[in-house]
Amino acid sequence: MSDLNQQMAVRYKNNFLKEIEEQAEMGNWVKMCMQCGVCSGSCPTNFHPGWEHPPQEIFMMIRAGKRDEVLNSQSMWMCTSCYNCYVRCPRKLPITHIMHGIAEYAYRLGRAPKMQPTLHLSKAFWNNCTKNGRVNEVKLTQSLYFKDGLMAGIKMGLAMKDVALGLVKAKRLNIMEALGGGHKCKDVNGIHKMLAKARELEAKRKGRQPA
Amino acid sequence: MARKEYAFYPGCSSQKGASASNYLTSVESMCKTLDIKITEIPDWNCCGASISYAEAGELPRHVMNARNFALAEQHLPGQEIVATCAACWLGARESKERLEHNSVLMADTQEALKEAGLSIKAIPEIKHMVEVLIEDLGYEELAKPVKKPLADMKFAGYVGCQTNRPFGIHGESFENPVYLDKLIETVGGEAVPYDQKVTCCGGALAFSEPDKAQAQIKDIIESAYDNGAEMIVTPCPLCQANVEVYQGQINKKYGTKFNMPVLYYSQLMTIAYGGTAKEAGLDGNVIRARKLEEFASK
Repeated sequence: MSDLNQQMAVRYKNNFLKEIEEQAEMGNWVKMCMQCGVCSGSCPTNFHPGWEHPPQEIFMMIRAGKRDEVLNSQSMWMCTSCYNCYVRCPRKLPITHIMHGIAEYAYRLGRAPKMQPTLHLSKAFWNNCTKNGRVNEVKLTQSLYFKDGLMAGIKMGLAMKDVALGLVKAKRLNIMEALGGGHKCKDVNGIHKMLAKARELEAKRKGRQPA
Repeated sequence: MARKEYAFYPGCSSQKGASASNYLTSVESMCKTLDIKITEIPDWNCCGASISYAEAGELPRHVMNARNFALAEQHLPGQEIVATCAACWLGARESKERLEHNSVLMADTQEALKEAGLSIKAIPEIKHMVEVLIEDLGYEELAKPVKKPLADMKFAGYVGCQTNRPFGIHGESFENPVYLDKLIETVGGEAVPYDQKVTCCGGALAFSEPDKAQAQIKDIIESAYDNGAEMIVTPCPLCQANVEVYQGQINKKYGTKFNMPVLYYSQLMTIAYGGTAKEAGLDGNVIRARKLEEFASK
């Protein structure tokens, strides 16, 4: 368990709803849910395995104080950001953002499922795009393939070979980007300083001790 | 002077050699014909896309978008921002909305921007290229330069998610938007009825959970075939890539024989306006749109 997890568990005692309202992005909307289930009926991933709890269930679990079950759940990580739940919710809850917010909070607390592939992608994408200010698609792909080690990466690379070759042939994948080339912003330094400040301010606003 | 001028936010996928570079090629050709001047926001940065939510957190995500707003304001004053990528457009609009409605977030954003020597006065309007076409010009204007109507071609207009939700195009329904069908018809093509037009392609999960995403992509392509379409058309770079490049893998997995070209609206328009296959970026399609290429060379 991380220090932040301890810190928050102590601060909010048994009031998990309050914890989510104050700590998770858009968490203050959770109590507005009226349990109609339109969100889960609208979710494109609903029909695949891995969907433990649809959004309305997660929201009720938060109100019921099921802290461990919610924070450890795979459910939030299934979101494809399609915004179908968001536009259909009869009470206008920004469900997509609430699910993202709970997922992010679980990750900050060190409670997200280990090896969660979409969490890995989120980290890889953000680190990739903020490094130089713009995405390096080749390096992003590499970091995804090789997340489970060298052999798994080579196997994945071979499985995806035709997809990659098609893109290279169409001049939509520039393998030179692997060699440190690629697109970047001029003021990378300014971007890094700006983001460091943003992280500092966000931690302060949420009353979290800086990591 | 061009009849319309915009601060252009191409986004990472539209850069040279990137996954939607042919989108950019066709947008440039289309804008030239329509006399729309797009000037790249100097030193623009990535919006973070939706998938960054876990690592980025709230403020850093908005700050990234805010940097682009500040740069646009500073270098291209008075111009609205236009994005071609659905995720860039959504991310930027979302940040604009949050910052304008939350003074705490705005104050924190200004403080962070200061570190990069920037500040925001008023956030410019943010439009998708489709909004520029439909709202600022209108279908009638878009029809005027058509030299070669795309007769006898059947397209499935695949709108997807992020150009449709949560903001969408003004006046369109989330469940059955018709603007893409109208654009297809404006350039003389036939828009087939298409029940998967707003189905999610899996988005970023095509990378992290390929089996789940490919199941969704399969439905999107299957429905296009079932309704007699020869090609799919989309306004989103991620929809385009996901629906196009995994067809081989889907064929292996499901025993299908998919081989359907997936194009951008701007490619159709460029060809209908008399542009060449190269000007429309048709050489950038992994599954080549042979029928359209031959039509363009006639």
